[in-house]
Amino acid sequence: MLASLRHNRSVMSIYLDHAATTPPRPEVLEAMLPYLTEHWGNASSIHESGRNARRGLDEARETVARVLGAKPREIVFTSGGTESDNLAVRGAAWAASARGRHIVTTEVEHKAVLHSCAMMERHGFDVTYVSVDRYGRVDPADVAAAITDRTTLVSVMYANNEVGTIQPIQAIGALCRQRRVLFHVDAVQAGGFLPLDVDTLQVDLLSLGAHKLYGPKGVGALFVRHGTQLLPQQSGGSQERQRRAGTENVPGIVGFARAIELAQADPVARDVENARLAGLRDALIAGLTSIPLVFLTGEPDDRLPNNASFLVRGVEGGDLVAALDLEGIEASTGSACTTGSAEPSHVLLAMGIDEEAAHGSLRLTAGRGTTADEIARTIEATRSVVGRLRDFTAPRPTVASV
Amino acid sequence: MSRIVAAMSGGVDSSVAAALLARDAVEGGDEVIGVWMRLHPDRGEGYEQSRSCCSPDAADDARRVAQIVGIPFFALNLEREFGAKVIDAFADGYLDGATPNPCQACNQYIKFDVLLHRGLAAYGAESVATGHYARVERRDGSYRLLRAADAEKDQTYFLWVLGQDQLAATRFPLGELTKPEVRRIAAELDLPTATKPESQEICFVPAGDYRELLAERRGYAGEPGPIVDVEGTRLGTHSGYAHYTVGQRHGLGVALGEAVYVREVRPASNTVVVGHRDEVAARHFSAEGRRFVAGEPPGERFEGSVRIRHRSPDVACEVTLVGDDRFVVETAEPVWAPAPGQAAVLYDGEQCLGGGRIARS
Repeated sequence: MLASLRHNRSVMSIYLDHAATTPPRPEVLEAMLPYLTEHWGNASSIHESGRNARRGLDEARETVARVLGAKPREIVFTSGGTESDNLAVRGAAWAASARGRHIVTTEVEHKAVLHSCAMMERHGFDVTYVSVDRYGRVDPADVAAAITDRTTLVSVMYANNEVGTIQPIQAIGALCRQRRVLFHVDAVQAGGFLPLDVDTLQVDLLSLGAHKLYGPKGVGALFVRHGTQLLPQQSGGSQERQRRAGTENVPGIVGFARAIELAQADPVARDVENARLAGLRDALIAGLTSIPLVFLTGEPDDRLPNNASFLVRGVEGGDLVAALDLEGIEASTGSACTTGSAEPSHVLLAMGIDEEAAHGSLRLTAGRGTTADEIARTIEATRSVVGRLRDFTAPRPTVASV
Repeated sequence: MSRIVAAMSGGVDSSVAAALLARDAVEGGDEVIGVWMRLHPDRGEGYEQSRSCCSPDAADDARRVAQIVGIPFFALNLEREFGAKVIDAFADGYLDGATPNPCQACNQYIKFDVLLHRGLAAYGAESVATGHYARVERRDGSYRLLRAADAEKDQTYFLWVLGQDQLAATRFPLGELTKPEVRRIAAELDLPTATKPESQEICFVPAGDYRELLAERRGYAGEPGPIVDVEGTRLGTHSGYAHYTVGQRHGLGVALGEAVYVREVRPASNTVVVGHRDEVAARHFSAEGRRFVAGEPPGERFEGSVRIRHRSPDVACEVTLVGDDRFVVETAEPVWAPAPGQAAVLYDGEQCLGGGRIARS
């Protein structure tokens, strides 16, 4: 009986939340499958089953290294972007703590970086949170000014997960090198779109997550430039050159390598897809900002090609996302999580947006499957839903009492 | 086809209400959307264990039920609204020397106002369903609020504030069921909430001690003052008037041989007046802020019955309207401790007519 009760959506929904996660590509699943069926061995084992798994792991490491312009031994596989950020910030700060105990980061980082920094503050480290402009962009000069003799690590994200603003990573990388400070870049959100050559970017640590680029969940990587000291954040076996203990998630790692290869190995194909996405994004921006009191958030030009984020005045982001979902459109808001938290987005607040307005945030992120027709339908549906929600918010007659 | 928002607290009643609607939906009824409201912040372990409706456990249970019965599920954050209209009003009630009625305030301002109106706008719904035990009947173009089939569980005492507009958009799927039947349905559907204990306490005062809340929300620490009898004779010392409520017996520290009860709380002089059992009962009292479900009172003077607290029996009475806002109740037999701030809810047989807040005499 229960099966018959289950809710089924009659039409296929329009998925515009690729910044949250992406559907794994068929090629990725195909690459992973042998490592779940035949080659299920432990990559650390001496015997043939182990060697088969090891081969998949070694090849995957080479693939990821090639995409980053790095050496295979500079790649540490992790459980995803959050772990990579934790390992980078805590691991590097601890390892360098004899030289100094000061970290420089920004106000708009992902919580994985911000909360890792907060944890280091509890251990007596100092952290400077560099502010951003109204587009969420960091000025490299502000980063330079924040660095002191005691600074050992600078951590700045490549592109913001909420508003899509791209940071001047190369310029910050150059100044960190000049000041002899380690530079960590959270590239989780940018990994599927932007060039990742670690020498061009001049980074020492770079975080990636597979599921943001059409790979599986629960796997990611941290690039650790040769010679960079890290204090491991989890103990056990000697996997990943003693930087990350635990039996390797070989199928996940193989899938991740295939996904990043598909996204990045051919820069021309990547840029063609980026241009297509940017066209869809710009149509969304034009369509939604034509609704009264809907504003674009983030850098207007220098932003991820798939990210269109907005402030919709006079509505709650959570209500808007729920209402769109019921129209078959899957979006997200920066202001609420699934358990109904009312915390406004720290990113929007850092951009100088007031708390009341920040509650009305809406993020639409396109992906490989997104079509122009879906964008047109999304604009129409948003227009009607916003109108309905604003009618509710407008003063209404109260229920009569005697 | 229209949509219904099912308010889900994570308790067994609202779970079954949502399940029944979901079953109807499969048979061609209205589409159902499950909504859980976060009403106050979860404050960690001690609060989590309290079985209050806003613990992470409650959200988990509500979501799990929605998954099992196959309806979409959303969490709605109404902390700000609930804080102002329910929690602050609760604190202010005590500071005013009254006994506040937070469940009624939650129905009036949260469930059947914010949720109802916002639910209709956000989810494109036409009505809101809750797990209350009560019935709505449409007759001659107007809506009547009726007691639940299960007299034990009847919750009209908290719903008398609803008017015609609200009843028109409200569904009570449990109105014809008894609590054992509801539990049986929950068990049949294998809902995780099937054997969940009843919540008795006020959801945002889990330990039942509201003194801390008065200090936190309103900076009221409580200043010691006199406990007196009706003649003004000092009998003892209290810890602050707002810590006492009419009808209260325990915690007075007064030994008079016979049991004494709080008869009146006087904020201005920080005085608590006590009396013996018969001094705390009354045969007439007045109420203010009157409302009638029908929009109109049955008459300037009418007979019916009155209930002055949840789960106490109602008593036959005569009601006389006074001015624009008040009415006076005369009861056929004495009622126990009419407490200012509590609701006096009026009935005509099965029908809930409306009511008012008991006023200071």
